[in-house]
Amino acid sequence: MLKKIRGTMVMIKECFAMSLRNILSNRVRSFLTVLGILIGVTAVIALITTVSGFSGTLSSSFLSMGAGTLTVSVTGSDLKSGLTAGDLNALAEELDAVEGVTPTVNFRTRVARGGSYKTNITVSGKNAYYFYRNADTVGRGRKLNIVDENNMSPVCLISQTMVDEFFFGVDPVGNTIHISGIPFLVVGVLGDSSSESLVQLLSGNADILIPYTTALKMNSANVVTSFTVYLKDGVDSEKASDQLEEKLDALFSYEEDCYTVTTMSSIEDTMNSMLSMVSTLLAGIASIALVVGGIGIMNMMLTTVTERTVEIGLKKALGAIPWQIQIQFLIESFLLSMIGGLLGVLLGLALSFGLCQVMGMTFHLSTGAIALGVGFSAAVGIIFGWAPARKASKLNPIDALRSV
Amino acid sequence: MSGNVFFRMEKINKFYPMGEEQAHILKDVDLEIREGEYLSVLGPSGSGKSTLMNIIGCLDTATTGRYTLQGQEMEDLNEVELAAIRSREIGFIFQNSQLLPRLTAQKNVELPLIYAGVPPKERKRRAREMLVKVGLQDRMGHFPNQLSGGQQQRVAIARALVGNPSILLADEPTGALDQKTGRQVMALFRELNDEGRTIIMITHDMNIAANARRVVHIIDGVLTEGGDGTDA
Repeated sequence: MLKKIRGTMVMIKECFAMSLRNILSNRVRSFLTVLGILIGVTAVIALITTVSGFSGTLSSSFLSMGAGTLTVSVTGSDLKSGLTAGDLNALAEELDAVEGVTPTVNFRTRVARGGSYKTNITVSGKNAYYFYRNADTVGRGRKLNIVDENNMSPVCLISQTMVDEFFFGVDPVGNTIHISGIPFLVVGVLGDSSSESLVQLLSGNADILIPYTTALKMNSANVVTSFTVYLKDGVDSEKASDQLEEKLDALFSYEEDCYTVTTMSSIEDTMNSMLSMVSTLLAGIASIALVVGGIGIMNMMLTTVTERTVEIGLKKALGAIPWQIQIQFLIESFLLSMIGGLLGVLLGLALSFGLCQVMGMTFHLSTGAIALGVGFSAAVGIIFGWAPARKASKLNPIDALRSV
Repeated sequence: MSGNVFFRMEKINKFYPMGEEQAHILKDVDLEIREGEYLSVLGPSGSGKSTLMNIIGCLDTATTGRYTLQGQEMEDLNEVELAAIRSREIGFIFQNSQLLPRLTAQKNVELPLIYAGVPPKERKRRAREMLVKVGLQDRMGHFPNQLSGGQQQRVAIARALVGNPSILLADEPTGALDQKTGRQVMALFRELNDEGRTIIMITHDMNIAANARRVVHIIDGVLTEGGDGTDA
């Protein structure tokens, strides 16, 4: 029994050597055959690795900014459509988990200076606490302060984009800009807060910041419907979220569905699950190429079997049993497919490495993707090599030898 | 020549479907071979001699009749069992030597041993031994296209012998060779037979058949004893 197993191992080893010789003896044809697999695996690897690099970058930027904050969005009830300034102050003062609250009052409007104007500019109302927490948003000039807030002052900070748009060769600070027709004094310019750029990009970047009280007045509103809660250091965001919800429930007289509290980690989770869905979908599409490649291999193997009819007959006459013939052809298609698969893995990794470099993302060597690529091509080789190998093993040695 | 009976054929008939009809290839063939015999089957093409060889070589089975090889009935064996018998008992030599072009002479000779599961070291040793025996000790690493026709046929003979089969089954072994190399191959056959090897040679050439110690004729599927080859 042991001898038989050893004999089989020896035979399989010989089959590998013979198959490799056959593949290499016809390089051009072999290469064209594995091209399909190569392209398929390249696509799958490149997609998965690039998407995982993208999601890695996203996660780290979420982590850098999102820790310790809760975002609340209010839909309101019939009696109370949002939170007043007093409510917000109460939240900040009464909840011991909360350090401070920043309302966000966003609207899009027309901005003009001199003869030029631009429509659809995002203007965001913030409070003084926002600038206390995000001091690095101000590149030049001053922050918005509590006095601006209380006086509903027409003052603003503008982004570099706005500077380029309206202040060519002029220092914007101290100049006036018209927002919805109302003159605003520019008191500062926003800097490039690079660490948050990706998140800001995703959440809609405001080009102009004004006091939120001013923004409310311009919108003829007196309640805030969206705000960010900053938690004290070391506070569990889930616990704080519960505390906050309790307070908000009381404010809304325990009516249902008046608001939603979102933690950054929940946003990240949603984001990641969306990304993984997209990558699965893309990989699924790319794997069609693998199937096409498999058909290519099957075609080549069928041709090979026909070409080598005599060889098969001879081997049978020399005592090869059908199973041995089958394993030999199976090994050949397996090897073909694996060569394509390994080349595809290398090419795919190179491609996604390049993409990550270009898009400024961190490159993650995903072992899962490599295993998937290699496993897929091995499976394709065996599945699509099965029928031709079976055909070879079924050849009648007499017919095979007669075709000399 | 009074060894044990190696194989015995009794009333072997073979039919092949040919269109709508059945072609009757072999008709009531009786044949008995003893160990150490050197037999040639002489017949023109289409006489059924190749079919007879296939049945002797366990590549095919008879439609009716009994074929007993080394005391074993062939009729009810499956493909795997037939392959095992081929591997153990029979060494084939074909007209065009039929070497695999991408393997060296030595690897070609090793082929039957690979399928028999012989370990690499022993396999290589036996293959070299056989190549030395057929006089190709300096051609072991050559590929078939680097060898002459006669050398190729000798590699094929070495391949047939390497598994140490009970019988050597040769189909037109000199068919593709010129007179001189053909004679060399025949001399080698005679030498092998002198060493006690059982040989069956199938040919259409009377001069070649005359090398055997016993000749049988086959015409239209009917086998007739032709007496001693030396008389033919």
